[in-house]
Amino acid sequence: MHEYSLVRAMVDRVEQEARARNAIAISRLAVRIGAMSGVEPELFASAFTLCREGILAEAELQIRRSEAAWACPKCTVAIPAGAVLRCRACDAPAKLISGDEILLEQIEMEVP
Amino acid sequence: MCETCGCGDPNKVSVEVHDRILSVNDRTAAHNREHFVEGGVFVVNLMGSPGGGKTAVLEATARSLGGRGRIGAIAGDLETERDADRLRAVGVPAAAITTGSACHLDAEMVHESLHHFPWRGLDYLFVENVGNLVCPAIYDLGQAVNVVALSVTEGEDKPLKYPVMFRKADLVLLTKVDLLPHLDFRVEAVLDALARVMPQPDVLQVSARTGEGVAGWIAWLEGRRAAQGKG
Repeated sequence: MHEYSLVRAMVDRVEQEARARNAIAISRLAVRIGAMSGVEPELFASAFTLCREGILAEAELQIRRSEAAWACPKCTVAIPAGAVLRCRACDAPAKLISGDEILLEQIEMEVP
Repeated sequence: MCETCGCGDPNKVSVEVHDRILSVNDRTAAHNREHFVEGGVFVVNLMGSPGGGKTAVLEATARSLGGRGRIGAIAGDLETERDADRLRAVGVPAAAITTGSACHLDAEMVHESLHHFPWRGLDYLFVENVGNLVCPAIYDLGQAVNVVALSVTEGEDKPLKYPVMFRKADLVLLTKVDLLPHLDFRVEAVLDALARVMPQPDVLQVSARTGEGVAGWIAWLEGRRAAQGKG
């Protein structure tokens, strides 16, 4: 389960930001996880509960999911997920335009 | 003042980050890649299921390549050095990374192993990832290419079930093709599945046992390595 190591990496980053601002607590984290990222939001959330300590003890985790979206890089026509990944008009290989994100978007923290 | 929820709490600040959670791994991978390119070493991240034929492909590669290229391998496994031992037995200098319980290799593990492994002077370095079709796909190691070994005993629908892994593949090696006469596996079905998850499906059929297709695989490696040299 790689979600645990992802959460550890996120926590390191959050603690670094918190130290830089002398935060006393983290109240909320906003994360975006794409359908083609290889990360299961439920597993990510349960891994996070194991890391909720110290400055993160009361932190709420918000996970925003994004669907996989493919398009032709030439004519920009959308190519539905599950279809052959090639543009019917241009014959160009499709490009994933969203859905592979594993992003830490926002940290809300309490400062003195 | 907290602008996000509008609670007006003056002691709350919202920090916009918008950074990849794996940014530390990505930086280490970029560092590895710089070393590899500068050293003229072509690095292959070889992934696939446990038992998919990754080590057998590397053994066949070593036999077939002969003196035409110096190869080395770093083999990741949860426990034991068995894969590294098998590769050393066919003359491939090999290091093992035992990950304990980690289901994948990351860029830091590869970087650390480079400190104890004579990788400089190699033409090809194969990083045999932990057998797993999920986790290794999301960690960049600094490789030049991702190659996924998919054996014909695994079923035609694997690419549809594990799209993240196959989307990131530069090449799929369909392994154990000598077994095709004994199976109901339809090669057209797996090619169709790959076309739905891989924008530029590149597939080679190989058998490490009979040597079928291995020359084509070597030619693919040589072509890609030459392209890296020019880049």
